[in-house]
Amino acid sequence: MADELLLEARGLCKAFGGVRAVDGLCLHLARGEVRALIGPNGAGKTTLFNLLTGQLVCDNGLILFQGERISGLPPHRIWRKGISRTFQITAAFQSLSVLENVQVALLSRDRATHRMLATARRLGQEEAVRQLARVGLADQAERPCFVLSYGDLKRLELAVALANRPVLLLLDEPTAGMAPQERSALMALVSRIVAEEGLTVLFTEHDMDVVFAAAHRITVIHQGRTLAEGTPEAIRGNARVQEIYLGGGGG
Amino acid sequence: MTLLLLQFLTGLTNAMFLFLVASGLSLIFGVTRIINFAHGSFFMLGAYMAASLAAVLPGGAGGYYLGLLLASLAVALLGGLVELLLLRRIYRSAPLYQLLLTFALVLVMADAVRLFWGPENRLGPPPPGLSGSLPILDQQFPTYDLAILLLGPSVAAGLWWLLYRTRWGILIRAATADREMVGALGVKESWLFTGVFVLGSWLAGLAGALQMPRQALTTVLDSTVIAEAFVVVVVGGMGSPFGALLGAVLIGLLQAFGILWLPREFHMVIVFLLMAIVLIFRPWGLLGRPLQSDRGEGGWVPETSRWAGNPGWAAGGIALLLLLLPPLLPTFFVWLLVEILAFALFAASLQLLIGSGGMISFGHAAYFGLGAYGAALWMQQGGLPMPVAFLLGPLAALGAALIFGLFCVRLSGVYFAMLTLAFAQIAYAVVHQWYDLTGGDNGLLGVWPASALATPLRYYYLALLAGGIGLAFLGRVTDSPFGVTLRATRDHARRCEALGVNVRAHQLLAFSVAGLCAGLGGTIFVFLKGGAFPDYLGIPVSVESLAMVLLGGMQSLWGAPVGAALYLFLDTVITRSTGYWQAALGGILILLVLSFPRGVGGWLAGKTSREGSPDG
Amino acid sequence: MAGLTAGGSLLEARGLYARYGLSRVLFDVNLHVRPGEAVGLLGRNGAGKSTTLKAITGLVSPAAGEVIFAGGAIHGRPPHEIARKGIGYVPQERRIFPELSVWENLEVGRRPCPPGRVAWDVRRIVALFPALESLLHRTGGSLSGGEQQMLAIARTLFGNPRLLLLDEPSEGLAPVVVRALAEQILRLKRDGMTLLLSEQNLHFTTQVCDRVYILERGHIQYEGGMADLLAGSAVRRRYLMV
Repeated sequence: MADELLLEARGLCKAFGGVRAVDGLCLHLARGEVRALIGPNGAGKTTLFNLLTGQLVCDNGLILFQGERISGLPPHRIWRKGISRTFQITAAFQSLSVLENVQVALLSRDRATHRMLATARRLGQEEAVRQLARVGLADQAERPCFVLSYGDLKRLELAVALANRPVLLLLDEPTAGMAPQERSALMALVSRIVAEEGLTVLFTEHDMDVVFAAAHRITVIHQGRTLAEGTPEAIRGNARVQEIYLGGGGG
Repeated sequence: MTLLLLQFLTGLTNAMFLFLVASGLSLIFGVTRIINFAHGSFFMLGAYMAASLAAVLPGGAGGYYLGLLLASLAVALLGGLVELLLLRRIYRSAPLYQLLLTFALVLVMADAVRLFWGPENRLGPPPPGLSGSLPILDQQFPTYDLAILLLGPSVAAGLWWLLYRTRWGILIRAATADREMVGALGVKESWLFTGVFVLGSWLAGLAGALQMPRQALTTVLDSTVIAEAFVVVVVGGMGSPFGALLGAVLIGLLQAFGILWLPREFHMVIVFLLMAIVLIFRPWGLLGRPLQSDRGEGGWVPETSRWAGNPGWAAGGIALLLLLLPPLLPTFFVWLLVEILAFALFAASLQLLIGSGGMISFGHAAYFGLGAYGAALWMQQGGLPMPVAFLLGPLAALGAALIFGLFCVRLSGVYFAMLTLAFAQIAYAVVHQWYDLTGGDNGLLGVWPASALATPLRYYYLALLAGGIGLAFLGRVTDSPFGVTLRATRDHARRCEALGVNVRAHQLLAFSVAGLCAGLGGTIFVFLKGGAFPDYLGIPVSVESLAMVLLGGMQSLWGAPVGAALYLFLDTVITRSTGYWQAALGGILILLVLSFPRGVGGWLAGKTSREGSPDG
Repeated sequence: MAGLTAGGSLLEARGLYARYGLSRVLFDVNLHVRPGEAVGLLGRNGAGKSTTLKAITGLVSPAAGEVIFAGGAIHGRPPHEIARKGIGYVPQERRIFPELSVWENLEVGRRPCPPGRVAWDVRRIVALFPALESLLHRTGGSLSGGEQQMLAIARTLFGNPRLLLLDEPSEGLAPVVVRALAEQILRLKRDGMTLLLSEQNLHFTTQVCDRVYILERGHIQYEGGMADLLAGSAVRRRYLMV
């Protein structure tokens, strides 16, 4: 593939106390690919996400996005450069309506979050409804979001993350806690939107069915480093990955 | 040289008392996560009871010192009863309601002291055998202080032994780190809670009893002691017993040498300056650790709840009444309405911070008071006409909010609350000490409305206009893009920053808006009272504003004005009908907290909407 | 033996459902543990293993279903009561009290021993975990991961439980430490301890367990003896491997 390099992380390190959560990790993402990030608990997946979005600052290493250095920037600036994310533990803005959840992202995109004398309801409402319609939530726009089902919350999260038309979308366990039918529906939705918009996606997931169905390539990380990277077939056949991630243990 | 030594010893003596009070407060917070405002009242009660018991018990010196011990034990018993009968019922409520309950206890105990011992200052009987002084080098040092210097460390050692050498102490320390795990290992938590309350109250009572011979007993002991205890606990690190010791020695010595070396004006402010500096550079205190995140900031960010919205028609009806009714009312009620308007705006501005921003301020009175002083100073020092001063007054509050807020928004949860308290106390100390500008504790007098506005009705309509604009502005802000974003930062700050929102900048903006509106409330208030006094910035006023917000409920901006009206109405009615209005008000607050653990507004919102509520 | 269910189980969970906030995590979980048995709960992250153990200990209130221990219903009881009935729980994160010494950590867990059994004391603990002997006065926070795991188990044993629940005991430990841990757990089992442990490490589980349940997405998908699981490569591939 003669792919354009979108994101490059070099030698990332992050330690908490004495524990090295991410330890010299490197990652390359090509524009337009869907990449799965898998690995055992505590391998550093969520830490890596937080480093990429600026919510943690790396102790060492460099992150380039579209050729520009983003490591060291605060999260709100990185978002403006086109990196959006969802969180492992699903939680919308609980006190807001479904519509308002999307509006916050739109207001932020339009740099209107500091406006005090306008009425929020009128700003970007149509566009917010359109965003909700894409994930099938338009008819729930006025509901308070804490009454949403878990699957709908995941959709809402996706709608919010897509609001600023990101270049790179990071999904942290997008289907965790969902019933099987909901999982495939959600991943189908993600695939459709990715295809429509030409997004680049990096996602973590523990459900291997989801991983192998959705990912173009897979990166396996272990103890804060890249253990293997390749196509789903290559990863499936990798003995080391079998051993470490899939529970061979000391055998 | 000798003077330094004596000052050093005096500082250490004071540190012993601070340590006793603060270690109790810290232990209670560590295990139960309750900030016990009533801790200073336990101290005061210990002192008064010790004075009475020491005077009546027979047996000379033996009876005297037995009296001190019995007084402290009585306070311990009272602490245990408070935990068992009151606090235990509301452990599931938001921590703010627990705080409101302890504040109600402060009111009740303050009046209990007035009832039993009278309002005038008292001197306890001198300590038999220890009332003289001893020569140290060429100076005299009180024998009793020397005895305290010996007793203090032995109590500290006993406490150390209890915490580090007994099974119970080990359980207390374990529960401070991880309550849930202690329960999973088979330990009954409620028993630990009661125990730690008894111990903490005993320490406060003991400190009070021991302090009795050193100091005149006054009915304001409770608030001075609780403020200093907060500082010690925060500087040392909340929940850390060694931190309390370190903090106490630091503060004790700082006060002792501060008196020696610093100009008089700095004496009041110095401890709060230290607290602010410590919080800015070490947000968890010198020996503290971040609170365990099991309840997110230890539960100190208000629970996310559904926003009830602003009922336009009800507000319209009330506005109409406020417009038409006052000419028919007796003057007294017109004045009461002005006061309600001032506090409604003040409380609503705090409501914006807490309800929308999730930022709990313990020092919001600073901005109310600075608004009052601002207007008074523009008029008296600036020579501006009253209407101009009225307009410009709130700017003083805005300026302070911008500067203080810059530091406060870097913290969150209970540490944010403590830093706002520190800044408020600094502001209080400044207006209290800067005689040339503010008139010091005499305040600024003669701050009356211009003659064209000087009748009750005319000033009422000015207040209604200003308050109405302020409330409408706050209502607008709440429903604006900014208000929605602010609620988003409260609900999930990390998600918000991952959506391109500069969270701290928005929090600072909210803090400034709240400061400005609180300042306008203060400006309305100052022309009602005809003067500005340091008390406007004091802790009691800050806590009152919290009580108003909590009474109204945190779910809607309109809860705060309702809470303010309810609070002031109760306050006024009770003040007119009984001499013991604090006790009555405290009693009503306790009943309200126990019956409406989510506030009256929350209860109403729950009545009208049954669509479910968010989990956890 | 007294206090067992009709089927002869020490612990039995029937139709357990649980949720965390809005997320459903357990659906109709049924399992039982007979006295003296070591039972494994296998499954990937987020499959519901930890929640199952927490629902048994009372740290999570089950949304529906019952838990019977030693003949009595325990669901809905607070954690401290359940612990006092004889269920010892070692959490996944170990949750050592970091500022307490090793000895003090043990002391927090100490509970009186029911008559007829030999109480756990420091001597017995040190016999099982010799490494702890020299660490008794170190603070819990200064121990290595493996030492903390030993301490977490020892602390729970100090409560003299009849049933020990271990949540992913091998997680994050070096292989050599995992091997030692397996032997220690086997030794506990030989001394008559009943065990229910959750694991992602299949190899470790085969060493110590007699029987396993496989959880997937909150459902029990497989139940069987260890030997059957090892023989049935289809099951292994379906639930444990790619």
